Amino acid sequence: MKQSPTKPSVVSLEVNGSPAHVMVAPGATLLAALRDGLGLNGTRKGCESGTCGACTVHLDGEATMACLCLVETLDDARVDTIEGLATSPEALHPIQEAFLEKFATQCGFCTAGMIMAAAALLAREPNPSREDVIVAISGNVCRCTGYEAIIEAILHAAAVMRRAGVSRAA
Amino acid sequence: MEELLTSHFADERGDPLMVVGTTVPRADARGHVTGRTQFYEDVTFPGMLHLKMVRSTRHHALIRAVDTAPAMAVPGVVRVLTHKDVPANWYTILRLIGVEPNDEPVLPEDRVLFLGEQICAVLAETPAAAAEGAAAVVVDYEDLPAVFDVEEALRPETPAIKPHGKNHFVYEGHHCRRIRFGDVEKGFAAADRIFEHRYQSSPIEHAPTETTGCIVKPEGSGRFTVHSNTQALFFTLDNMALILGLPFGKLRLVGGTVGGGFGGKVDVIVEPIATLAAMLTGRPVKYAYTRAEEMQVSSPRAAERIYIRDGVMNDGRIVARKVTLYVDAGAYSRHTPYGTTKAAAHMPGPYSIPNVHVDAHCVYTNRTPSSAMRGFGVTIGDFALEVQMDRIAEALGIDPFELRLINAYRDGDTKAHRKTVEGAALIEVVQEAARITGRGLPRRFQAMSSLTRETAHG
Repeated sequence: MKQSPTKPSVVSLEVNGSPAHVMVAPGATLLAALRDGLGLNGTRKGCESGTCGACTVHLDGEATMACLCLVETLDDARVDTIEGLATSPEALHPIQEAFLEKFATQCGFCTAGMIMAAAALLAREPNPSREDVIVAISGNVCRCTGYEAIIEAILHAAAVMRRAGVSRAA
Repeated sequence: MEELLTSHFADERGDPLMVVGTTVPRADARGHVTGRTQFYEDVTFPGMLHLKMVRSTRHHALIRAVDTAPAMAVPGVVRVLTHKDVPANWYTILRLIGVEPNDEPVLPEDRVLFLGEQICAVLAETPAAAAEGAAAVVVDYEDLPAVFDVEEALRPETPAIKPHGKNHFVYEGHHCRRIRFGDVEKGFAAADRIFEHRYQSSPIEHAPTETTGCIVKPEGSGRFTVHSNTQALFFTLDNMALILGLPFGKLRLVGGTVGGGFGGKVDVIVEPIATLAAMLTGRPVKYAYTRAEEMQVSSPRAAERIYIRDGVMNDGRIVARKVTLYVDAGAYSRHTPYGTTKAAAHMPGPYSIPNVHVDAHCVYTNRTPSSAMRGFGVTIGDFALEVQMDRIAEALGIDPFELRLINAYRDGDTKAHRKTVEGAALIEVVQEAARITGRGLPRRFQAMSSLTRETAHG
């Protein structure tokens, strides 16, 4: 059967560990599916052109700008957003704790994307250099903080996570 | 009664107020790190319409005709708003504090004054239909000569781009904001050296990560709830009421969380037209700038051109300072008449100079209107003044720290704009900067204080 070019379709994703079926218009981005389809507004919309990083999520574990992904091409993909990072409202992820402790937020609009970019980095490199951190957040624009507190927070989180990893192993 | 109040405060003044020297988490940070902070765009309503502006493709042109019929033919487009729909089309934001005339239309009538100026608003069921509709509107322009340079704009032969017939704001009948203190020409005549330099800045866009926007919902009560990321809720509320001819009580503005503002979200542009659209359609309306719109049409920090002419003695005392300052307002006033007054009042910097002459011009050009941004009217002037101080220090072979101390203002001095200096701290700041950078200062500079002025013999 011929599909109408304007008819919505259903895309199946795994979002924050749960199956999600979302109705999307042709050409819709992953960002639109998350925000408008699933109400996951923690993923922010800053430029819709891949230049600000505010919509950074994990796509199959990789830090990805959701505004650049056509969601219809992502059937069965695994998507993780800021809403899935903390295991409960009380138990924040160490990166989230570090952002609080190091005053790495100001207006808050870039924060979720920054944290997701950092989480992807620390998942593949538990002991990053300062340069690694700078490269990992180089696609994320912050207009308030001047980045220093953010870099400090990510390095601090890495140290905390390494210590926790050691204590778990022991 | 006094006893009651005292005991009341005794109860209240517990640990929460004893914060000096402690670390207090930001109240909003937990929402930021969990992604649960609500920005205006996180609100949505069924049946919401999307507003897309048709924007000028010309810097300066007459509008001969606007054909909106092709937009209405686009599926999903429900209405196009033009200036004829706006109850009170002319305004200027700072009319609330007496600035006049109303020099800006909500939607232009017979001409556009800058590239990207909004012309008419297309309302549609989806963002895509709104964009397609806006692209379909045909505007018939007749190009006019455009002026982009502040000094060119003020030349007598340059045509006026503004309805009041002048390419500058009028300050109480005067062509610029003026400061006259002492006799600057006498000061120049007495000076050992004259230093004259020209300084120029460019417009600076705030580039907030969240673009400007609002969502307006008509309520069953006949009120309109405006979810906005404005930095200026009351400027917005008051100007909207005047533009729309509504009592204040019909408007409820919801704001407070701004995804970066820096002064870029104190203009009143998106809310009046989005609310008008909600009034005329009875449906929720969203008007959000794209990133390209944010960069092109939101007000930047004004570009400034500053000429500083200083008469200086060989011992470093500045005896006369003449500043001619041009602030590029762009096409409309917005906050720039006020910013230009600030620029004038800020001269001659934190220095006590006996002869000062300032002409600060608020100039209209066919560029994007400028407005507020972090210390607007002051920061560019400071850049010019302090580069000038460094140049003088270098030319005279005087340490730049010492040159500033020689000329520093003190408490009790009369500034050029006739205010008495209070709480001056330039001397102490320079002394501390010298200390922490390890450069040291001669004794007489270490002994200086903002609180007193030493006599000629020390």
